[in-house]
Amino acid sequence: MSYANSASRLDPLQWLGLPVLTAVAVTLLFAVPLRIFGLQLPEPVFPMVLAFAWAVIRPSMIAPFVLLALGLLLDLFWGGPVGLWAVALLAAYGLVLAVRATLTGRGAVVMWIWYGAACALAFGVGTLVTVLKTGSIPSPFALFWQVFITLLLYPFAHTLIERFDDADVRFR
Amino acid sequence: MSLRDGPFQDLKVPLTWTAAVAVIVAMVIGVALLLGDHRGTLQGQAIGASRGALDSVTRPVSNVIAAPVRWIGDGVNGVKQYFFAVSENRRLRAEVADLSQWRDKAVALKDDNVRYQSLLGLKTDPPIPMVGARVIADSRGPFANTRLADAGTEVGVAVGNPVMTEHGLVGRVLGVAKGVSRILLLTDVASRTPVLDDRSNSRAILTGDGGGEPKLDYLRGADPVKAGDRVLTSGDGGLFPRGLPVGTVVQGLDGNWRVRLDSDDGPIDLVRILLFRDFSQLADQRALQAATVPPLPPAEAADVAARALPAPTPPPAAASSAKPIAASSAPAASSAKPAKKTTAPPAASSAKPVAASSAKPVSASPAASSAKPTPAPKPKPAASSAPAAGAQP
Repeated sequence: MSYANSASRLDPLQWLGLPVLTAVAVTLLFAVPLRIFGLQLPEPVFPMVLAFAWAVIRPSMIAPFVLLALGLLLDLFWGGPVGLWAVALLAAYGLVLAVRATLTGRGAVVMWIWYGAACALAFGVGTLVTVLKTGSIPSPFALFWQVFITLLLYPFAHTLIERFDDADVRFR
Repeated sequence: MSLRDGPFQDLKVPLTWTAAVAVIVAMVIGVALLLGDHRGTLQGQAIGASRGALDSVTRPVSNVIAAPVRWIGDGVNGVKQYFFAVSENRRLRAEVADLSQWRDKAVALKDDNVRYQSLLGLKTDPPIPMVGARVIADSRGPFANTRLADAGTEVGVAVGNPVMTEHGLVGRVLGVAKGVSRILLLTDVASRTPVLDDRSNSRAILTGDGGGEPKLDYLRGADPVKAGDRVLTSGDGGLFPRGLPVGTVVQGLDGNWRVRLDSDDGPIDLVRILLFRDFSQLADQRALQAATVPPLPPAEAADVAARALPAPTPPPAAASSAKPIAASSAPAASSAKPAKKTTAPPAASSAKPVAASSAKPVSASPAASSAKPTPAPKPKPAASSAPAAGAQP
């Protein structure tokens, strides 16, 4: 039985649980201290895919709290200020939720641009928090590099949206 | 009875609005947690129980994930070494020839150093014990640059301990739990490290910004640094021992003086955690506080008391001419304060950071201050390696 044909409610485990586990797993994987020929692995923010896709798929009361937990996990695992990524991801989710009606039926390129806007907001919040907490401005190059790598993750968000967008008939 | 069958069956709340409320509530929780965060401080609780617990849980997982990657890295290094063996051999021969000269100089300097130390009655830094650890996880973003190492409280690692590779300083321990410790890298945006320029002896604060090359802040004087200068830890504040190699000065694209870190010369998969404690931690603070200072000789005490008395108010006519005198007497009065209090507090406080024990053999306080290692002549490369040599287990 496919999700689209079920014409029933979405199973939270399917559209929230499994993507969360996947995001955590790949985050752990990309944190290995590998350096070959002086090059390190990139460090994209995988939960950004979920913050964007979940808000597009359908409004939910669970998703913000899952994002909060995911952001806190990210902060604890990466050793950053606790709450930084939680607030940044929620800001991105809130933005996409606010313009959700505008995004309906748009093509992949437009959606990618909106994904970029969500990323810009999240990283802007992160920068603001960092400046307020440490008094230092993060390196623009390091910031740009992580934003760029995170932008490249949009195809995963697209796949998630395509898979679950029409799965719940109430949100068609 | 479900909600649909009850009196609220006709109540329909717009889901977008409820989701928005959920976002706001979650955001408030996130902001509250952010405000309570004390990352980057040296407080023991900065790491928090949650961080420690998560690091402990993450350790075996990261270890398992990192193992095959480590094997791949070793394999690549093996291939690289095989293909570059000839050029590597050539380079090493040149390096050995260069280092042989340094070794001879180091032996001579060490001999001089020992003699000077015995002449001055200096008490040098005690050897620093250390533990080895393997890095199992790594974060490299603009907001956090930390690493997870698989050594913790069970081997004596404590918050604030410096962390090095064989090339140079990496950072310091930010938090520690059983079997795991979190290292704050020099490049982290919250990292501040007191350093000095090996050539000019000028001080600066190495400030991370999430990029690869941290900035040198609070530089003073004309040309305090030049490109290519060696940067070492200054030991100011007692956080790090003096003389640990940090890197080389470069000028960044933004015009700021930055430091290319020595630790970037190789992979940071194995690190050494120095179980360093400065003199303020080693000295018995209670004993220092309780120490009684012998009274001054009567003549000296009378002189000090006379200097401590306020200067007589000059007549109005002579006010202008009296100004310099009053001004000159002010410092005398202020300088008399500590002299009057030759008692424990000043001695104890001055002894705190560096010379708690070095002040012992020297009776007078000026001598005690000169006995500090800080105004010593410029540290040579040999001096920079001294702490590392002293740190051998």
